[in-house]
Amino acid sequence: MTSLANPNSGERHKALAFVLPAVVWTGAFFVIPFAFMAAMSLWKRVGTKTVQTWSLDNYFDFFAKSHFFDGLLNSLEITLTVTLLSVLFAYPLAWIIAMRVPERWQRAALLLAILPFWTSYVVRSYAWMLVLGRSGIINQSLMSAGIIDEPLELASTRAATIIGFVHFFVMLLTLTIYANLKQLSPNYARAAADLGASPLRTFIHVILPLTTPGIMVGAFLTFALCIGDYITPQILGGNNELVLPQIIMLQIGRRADLPAASALAIILMLIVSLVYLLCARWLKLERA
Amino acid sequence: MRRRWTDWLGALYAALLYGFIFLPVGVLVLFSFQSGRFPIPPFNGPSLKWYQAVFADSSLTDALVNSLVVALSSSALACVLGFLSAYGLARYKLPAAGFQRALIIAPFTVSYLIIGLGLLITFNTFGVSRSLFTVGIGHVVINTPLCFAIIYSQIGDHQVNIERAARDLGASDLKVMALITAPMLAPAIAASYFLSFTFSWDEFIIAFLLSRFEVTLPVEIWSLLRSGLNPKTNAVGSIVFLFSVFILVVLEFTVFRKHKRN
Repeated sequence: MTSLANPNSGERHKALAFVLPAVVWTGAFFVIPFAFMAAMSLWKRVGTKTVQTWSLDNYFDFFAKSHFFDGLLNSLEITLTVTLLSVLFAYPLAWIIAMRVPERWQRAALLLAILPFWTSYVVRSYAWMLVLGRSGIINQSLMSAGIIDEPLELASTRAATIIGFVHFFVMLLTLTIYANLKQLSPNYARAAADLGASPLRTFIHVILPLTTPGIMVGAFLTFALCIGDYITPQILGGNNELVLPQIIMLQIGRRADLPAASALAIILMLIVSLVYLLCARWLKLERA
Repeated sequence: MRRRWTDWLGALYAALLYGFIFLPVGVLVLFSFQSGRFPIPPFNGPSLKWYQAVFADSSLTDALVNSLVVALSSSALACVLGFLSAYGLARYKLPAAGFQRALIIAPFTVSYLIIGLGLLITFNTFGVSRSLFTVGIGHVVINTPLCFAIIYSQIGDHQVNIERAARDLGASDLKVMALITAPMLAPAIAASYFLSFTFSWDEFIIAFLLSRFEVTLPVEIWSLLRSGLNPKTNAVGSIVFLFSVFILVVLEFTVFRKHKRN
């Protein structure tokens, strides 16, 4: 890294002045709230009062109360399914746009593929209700085609939640994987072909390993955003099974139990941190 | 060149996936022009009556204005914080630079729900009442890392010589930053501003937790959903979508085009 800094302390003060506003803001409105939340997670809701008990009861409750733990399992199952499906659907699309679409149309093709990304988050889930609902497009089409007599129960299911999520993350991943594929020099594929590799072998042994970092960045983003999301499962998932963010919102809203909500939030964060550590070697912020 | 069957397979796949991607949005926009009472087939229309209903509903138009105010101001602040810190960290050797970078990026890795809950508890503790102002604070928290990351990734060493030249000609540090560095980074700054804007404009959970009487548009739409399927929701959703697309198109044809030419 090139630095303009002189080693004297005046320069250092000036440099700190640039960074300080962001650091202070993050400290005041992110680190301190987080500390409050951590402290709150050790308190307890008794009746209508929050008492300062300093115990780990809220965390033990998580393993003792099966509906909490089930929420975590639902979250993990849905999130992992969504991440896997999104990568599997997005990769071929990104590849087609990067390798098969003529260069001058690529940007348009990509922008088109991520356009619905800009629908409002709440509205996007609602739009899937229009498609999947009892009187929605799919049921009406199938019924008028005479394939089914009774409308299928598509909305308010886990499948609906997964469809809603996959729709969103396919767009995100198409973008990240496309960017990754474009960075690859075509010489890699040429060299592999010269050495006698079939297109399939070239893909498996050359292109795929080279794009793994990009896939991992996208997959981690998908995981982190998906497991923390409340809206999609709340609108599309029905009330049969809840995911962790829904359970947290229930504690905040209906039960006004902020200590329990805090403990669950911290557990959620620990899970994301753990996954981050597992993928850490692929996730790096680099400067041009 | 003869087309191989794999090309056709690829085209079919792309068509199916584009269909999947556009299905909900297409249905949303189409049935916003419904003239009947429900946004489901059969389609009879087109009619603009649900758009009229949206603009006649003062709670929706108020929420729209609230959202604009929060998004415009919080993105501006996030952008300033992001730019200053990116500049400081890229241009100076700082003690614990890695730690400071990690700290600024940290909110990006935490779910909005957790950030919102933490702020809710903190504001409760200090007796700060929930308002659009507290929503704005939350949005600056989530967008500062984004602005920082985008701008930081675009500050290259190739700009250093120009900055040095300006300094040799007698420009002060602040002048160099404002008149040399910021204009060179204009595309990155604009991109981070518009991205922050759309994120704030669309953000639900923090706005839901931290607002009370005055709400932003996503929160108002959320309460609209309780009335079930309704073409009015389609209309307001289509407006939000077209507005975001408009921003995106403006960005594409101004910032990114110019950037490419340079």
